Amino acid sequence: MYAYDELDRTLLHERVEEFRDQVKRRLSGELTEDEFKILRLQNGVYLQLHAYMFRVAIPYGTLSSKQLRALAYVARRYDRGYGHFTTRQNIQFNWIKLAELPDALADLAEVGIHAMQTSGNNMRNVTSDQWAGVAPSEVEDPRIWSELLRQHTTLHPEFSFLPRKFKIAITASDHDRAAIRIHDIGLRLHKNADGETGFEVLVGGGLGRTPFIGKTIKPFVHGRDILSYVEAILRVYNQYGRRDNIYKARIKILVHELGIEKFGKEVEEEWQLLRDSALTLDDAAIEEVRSRFSYPAYEKLPHMPDELKQAAHDPLFERWRKNSVFPHKAQGYSIVTLSLKPVGGPPGDATAEQMDVIADLADRYSFGEIRVGHEQNLALPHVAKRDLPALWKALDKVGLATPNVNLVSDIIACPGLDYCSLANARSIPIAQELTRRFANHDTAGLIGRLHINISGCINACGHHHVGHIGILGVEKNGEEFYQITIGGRADESAALGTLIGPSVPYAEVADVVEDIVEAYLALRDSPDELFIDTVKRLGVEPFRERVYATR
Amino acid sequence: MTSPLEQKKIRITGPSVVTANRTHDGVVIYRTPQHGWSSRLADAAIVRTSDDARALLAEAVADDVGAIGSYIAPVEIKDNGEIAPGNLREHIRSEGLTIELPVPA
Repeated sequence: MYAYDELDRTLLHERVEEFRDQVKRRLSGELTEDEFKILRLQNGVYLQLHAYMFRVAIPYGTLSSKQLRALAYVARRYDRGYGHFTTRQNIQFNWIKLAELPDALADLAEVGIHAMQTSGNNMRNVTSDQWAGVAPSEVEDPRIWSELLRQHTTLHPEFSFLPRKFKIAITASDHDRAAIRIHDIGLRLHKNADGETGFEVLVGGGLGRTPFIGKTIKPFVHGRDILSYVEAILRVYNQYGRRDNIYKARIKILVHELGIEKFGKEVEEEWQLLRDSALTLDDAAIEEVRSRFSYPAYEKLPHMPDELKQAAHDPLFERWRKNSVFPHKAQGYSIVTLSLKPVGGPPGDATAEQMDVIADLADRYSFGEIRVGHEQNLALPHVAKRDLPALWKALDKVGLATPNVNLVSDIIACPGLDYCSLANARSIPIAQELTRRFANHDTAGLIGRLHINISGCINACGHHHVGHIGILGVEKNGEEFYQITIGGRADESAALGTLIGPSVPYAEVADVVEDIVEAYLALRDSPDELFIDTVKRLGVEPFRERVYATR
Repeated sequence: MTSPLEQKKIRITGPSVVTANRTHDGVVIYRTPQHGWSSRLADAAIVRTSDDARALLAEAVADDVGAIGSYIAPVEIKDNGEIAPGNLREHIRSEGLTIELPVPA
């Protein structure tokens, strides 16, 4: 966990009072909506179909049990008893009243949570690997660098009025769980030949209307130079990024139009003016942030405790363990993913009751810490293996032990037309129907790793471009239709999916996905060949034939 | 269901209403013939020409304190005179989500 200092606490309280005054002036008519809109967006407040939506930041996906209880309280007190975890490690409340928002923000500020950098054309919440600090093969904890960037960018005037929103993600492991290649800037922490820690810097990734995979702009930037290098990128973007056309304003368009070499040259020239300036991080500054992260005092525990050996006889426990429990850097401990994808449920939603239970379980079994992943699931990052059977039983009681992590029913989906004012089509009912079609967890296990991503419009909040199977809702003559892509992925081998053919109506989407999965099962080399590898080997044609042969 | 946020030209082809969200709590509201707002579609003023739609929208937009994001939405008038939403988006805004909420209201 990261401990905020007095400066942070003062900032949050001042920010709440500032927003309270802005809301008061809006409600009295002193501020027009045009004047107020940018202010509310800077505090995470959107207007959706039915109500205001309030997006709260969870920096680098790390929450304390106290913070999760505060989110549960906000869900219960100001909303309708639940929240929705997003693909950028935020949580959204869908029914909040503008008049009550300052009170909700004040309650969250008490536990160090805020909504800054969750909307608007600024530097957004810097995301990271949800297994940061506990992943066995990680170079070092990437959250230290996320926090340094957060401190530098929060309310920074130069980054508060960018041409468009700007997203950074950081990973420190070979396997990318932070989807860095689809961010405006992706940072991969690694060591160079001299053993120094630094970053491979990628730039220009992003989805939406014009998707691009990020390109490497510099293979190694020393850690001490990361602020100046990121600032150099942002300065070039701020100078040349298009403000005349919202659809061409993201940095990915600039990188694409200039080309990575020319863009890199511009950044390099800017960086020469900035490096070795006050932006250079000295060891003391890095250590100061590092020291504010606390880590559990792990016990020395056996690799295979008796409790685990005994529970292994229960096939239901074993299925959950194999699916949801992952290796930890400390012997005798595990990382446990909590699926927020129950059969028939909306992906990523958690009720206030579930949040409270998770907070209690985190206190009992995970040193009071919870993580939020971009796949819209939660994780308990420090669970002793001996406690796994008891944890599983407790999770199962509140519907949080669905053994489908990384399987076909672990679907990423945006809120879609049921909530969102931008959407063209619904996402959640499609996801719900698919989870019912693949409700048999044994069958899902045989299918293996398969990521389905659903977006209700071209803005791609459900990351459909990088789903192994991607589903995009579009409108045709007032009806909901869906384009299907296959072969996308968001990890270290990130790729954009390929359209398999004409869009299909709402009622046929689940049938089409079943056809694709059946085609995969018939075409795969062996049970070990994952869906994504079969698509890579064979291309989309065999899948297209299967889907459209009878349509 | 192209988002009405992208509504550029005002040209209606059938009966329409003006809808918005209430400023203080975001609730869906409809402009009424009495120059006020109602949360019931049944109370909405119906316009049938583009000129009338423009006028009703202008009146709604002028109430910047009470409402946010006013726009023109299509409706259907049933044989019994009942006003029904003209597309899925407006149906969802008027009738609520097509899914069950995680916590029943």
